[in-house]
Amino acid sequence: MSILSFFVLVPVLMILFLFICRNMQQIRTVMITGASALMVLAITLTVMFIQERAAGADAEMLFTASTVWYPSLNIAYAVGVDGISVAMIALSAIIVFTGVFSSWNMNMAREYFLWYCLLSVGVFGFFISVDLFTMFMFYEVALIPMYLLIGLWGTGRKEYSAMKLTLMLMGGSAFLLIGILGIYYGSGHTSMNLLEIANNLAIPIEIQRWVFPATFLGFGVLGALFPFHTWSPDGHASAPTAVSMLHAGVLMKLGGYGCFRVAMYLMPEAAQELGWIFLILTGISVVYGAFSAVVQTDLKYINAYSSVSHCGLVLFAILMMNQTAMTGAIMQMLSHGLMTALFFALIGLIYGRTHTRDIREMGGLMKIMPFASVCYVIAGLASLGLPGFSGFVAEMTIFVGSFQHSDTFHRVLTIAACCSIVITAVYILRTVGKILYGPVQDSHHLELPDAAWYEKISTLGLIIAIAAIGLYPLGISELISNSLTPIIGKFAII
Amino acid sequence: MDFSNFLLLQQEISLMAVFVILFIYDVFCSDKGKQWFQLVACILFALHTAVGFLPFPTGEAFGGMFVGSNITIIMKNILNIGTFLIFLQANNWLKSQETAHKRGEFFIITLVTLLGMYLMVSAGNFMMLYIGMETASLPMACLATFNKYKERSAEAGAKYILVSALSSGVMLFGLSFLYGCMGTMYFSDMSIQMVSEPLVILGFVFFFSGLAFKLSLVPFHLWTADVYEGSPTAVTAYLSVASKGAAAFALMFTLYKVFGTIEAIWNPLLWGSAVITITVGNLFAIRQKDIKRFFAFSSISQAGYILLGIIAGTSQGMTATVYYVLVYVFSNLAAFGVISAVENQTNGNTLISAFNGLYKNNPKLSLVMMLAVFSLGGIPPFAGFFSKFYIFMAAAEQGQFLLVFIALLNTVISLYYYLLIIKAMFIKEGDEQSVGRFVTDGYNKTGLVLCTAGILVIGIISCIYEHIGALGFGM
Repeated sequence: MSILSFFVLVPVLMILFLFICRNMQQIRTVMITGASALMVLAITLTVMFIQERAAGADAEMLFTASTVWYPSLNIAYAVGVDGISVAMIALSAIIVFTGVFSSWNMNMAREYFLWYCLLSVGVFGFFISVDLFTMFMFYEVALIPMYLLIGLWGTGRKEYSAMKLTLMLMGGSAFLLIGILGIYYGSGHTSMNLLEIANNLAIPIEIQRWVFPATFLGFGVLGALFPFHTWSPDGHASAPTAVSMLHAGVLMKLGGYGCFRVAMYLMPEAAQELGWIFLILTGISVVYGAFSAVVQTDLKYINAYSSVSHCGLVLFAILMMNQTAMTGAIMQMLSHGLMTALFFALIGLIYGRTHTRDIREMGGLMKIMPFASVCYVIAGLASLGLPGFSGFVAEMTIFVGSFQHSDTFHRVLTIAACCSIVITAVYILRTVGKILYGPVQDSHHLELPDAAWYEKISTLGLIIAIAAIGLYPLGISELISNSLTPIIGKFAII
Repeated sequence: MDFSNFLLLQQEISLMAVFVILFIYDVFCSDKGKQWFQLVACILFALHTAVGFLPFPTGEAFGGMFVGSNITIIMKNILNIGTFLIFLQANNWLKSQETAHKRGEFFIITLVTLLGMYLMVSAGNFMMLYIGMETASLPMACLATFNKYKERSAEAGAKYILVSALSSGVMLFGLSFLYGCMGTMYFSDMSIQMVSEPLVILGFVFFFSGLAFKLSLVPFHLWTADVYEGSPTAVTAYLSVASKGAAAFALMFTLYKVFGTIEAIWNPLLWGSAVITITVGNLFAIRQKDIKRFFAFSSISQAGYILLGIIAGTSQGMTATVYYVLVYVFSNLAAFGVISAVENQTNGNTLISAFNGLYKNNPKLSLVMMLAVFSLGGIPPFAGFFSKFYIFMAAAEQGQFLLVFIALLNTVISLYYYLLIIKAMFIKEGDEQSVGRFVTDGYNKTGLVLCTAGILVIGIISCIYEHIGALGFGM
């Protein structure tokens, strides 16, 4: 059995163990053991991957394994990873791990963690799959637990948000499924394997013309593509802390990764031809998301709109279709995943104590909970792209890559998207100034305790990861740039 | 006469044997001895179901009247499994004061309808198909009206018998046209002489309408909700699963075997009815307050999905259809099992609000219900996801991408109302209308465990699909 299958197996085992748990203590033990195991697996995988590459393994995907599942339909359980998937798996493992600590005191913990584990099954399964069917299956497995996680453990208009989120994402997956069927039959219905289709089979351009938009849109909904992003603010605002973390941190990356791996990789001709439509939409996402964040007063809404803006940047960079921009896109996925998760962890921490997320009702938190506040400042600075943190590296690479296009259309869009950095600074600094500094708004807040140890683990873990990418970006870019070559090669041929 | 023909009828003969034994038991046994009736009936039927999995001779019997092939055996097995699960679920209802004295009748009548469905599936001649359909329909009306002191049940029976008489009439009318054109009723002879002339098309349309009544395709669906709501829950489950499955199989066989050459005529017809069936079924299901009416509309839209596989007209389409029905049997019966368990606690109240807060009091039942609706809604990793995916694949293979897309958008709508059930059970708080903690009886429990196992396993292991796939055939 390939090491990759363990990423699915471990959460499944965790689910089984949770069924026999009797008390909170046992539940926590299972979750921490499982999440740590996933972390160890992710680190092992990264190391093994780098070693294999260094040893000269130049296959597109490593650790590939394939078991025929439905022979008559050419469906197989096929796994394999390249540098991008490894990076995504590592990201997911970090966030799953920290998320466990962020949801330390949950009511109905067993049910909560059951769904949480199912979500992880879907996420990991998606990143390791190279078969369109299994990929789609895991994609849906990752979506459906959100309904109950938000509907049961959420806050505010949770039922409305949960339903909206589920239906919009499932609507996206309807587009995706029709796209997958189009790919399968368009390429001569001999294989569902991504690599096989990409390298040996050709999809006629007439079919690509409708399959590409369908697939891109399908994944784009999850990547908060304008105008299908409306599930994101409501969903994130209502979700419990760890679910927001996982959702913004990992699940939205499924969208970006899918656009890249399925839509762009399999249908480069149509991407060249029709990419401009989506480029405009993502451009709007970037700017509009940032502007919307400026006017919000709820901490989670601010962060959710900022996610729309940052995830828009991911899709924006993918559509630029050159090596630099795409490297930036992957880095932005990592950076945004960690940073948003940190934000949501801190917001959950603050909300759990102050019982409000309205920035007008808070102030002077720096005096009350210094640890959490410092972390919040760090998250904010990473988000607005301060050098030394991951955000800077990612955005810098994206804009340099985008500016390599010399035509007016791309230039104008790039300049517009660059403006979002300034707007990001506006809403981040405004929030930080309002809630962390200044006079204490509510005298009840004075009594509040600072972060507990489990919350410290969660936040520190994320900060270390953010700083690591910010200080040593070369490691990440080397990990992923090799894997971009086949895709960039496809664009070069056209 | 060549008696070896009867060898092909093994399943029918075995069913008749069960029928006769139960009949004698019911008539001649004392009341005291009848306390074992349920158990005996279930065991006998389980044996009969098991017999279906033995190897059979295949071929045509009685000059082509009756066709026994491997795929018909699988179809009959699916119907058997459905019926067996319903027998298990019916226990608690049959024990109640009103129905205890006629418990035997329930089993016997059900077995007769099942025999009718066997004949529908195995028909090689339109007369055989018609006889099978009548044998399946008329006793069904008795079942619908089984709670005869309840007004709704009586109403349901009356509605069912009127509608099924009408649909039989329409169907026979169409068959008379077809006979007039071709001078034969045998499938094999008709398919050779099939030409697309107006009278044949007219005959086909009438014939299709007759079957569409059984399958409750829109616009022939108007009886469904009322009959489903009024009938006893076990009968509703039987109607929605076995009756619908048999009609789907019969429609598929006739279209493939007889009308294959005039595909250009029926393809748009089925296309249109699939689209409106799925859409109307879904849109009406959203508004329902009563869970049996709700599942009536949900089953209407499921019938529309079945049409997708039939439209394909390929062996992949046939495989997907049979597989879809198999999965549908398990998913829908899991839902009905929970409904009948809850209904027993609420004295026949089947409002959705009775399910509010079910998870707090009865976590296992609500988990089964959750699996059932997720499977019906096509959520992985449950069987319903696989069956939907394959039925879409089958339709897409024939280039029906638009149809698949409409169906896919409808799955999103269907997910909305399926999630309403989940919301009622898990998120809403219980109130005075909702049920308290209770213990489900052993039979129903067994049934629910079987359904759950089916939902979890059928998709994950591929051998069932592949087995059906090896036997399916196209036009």
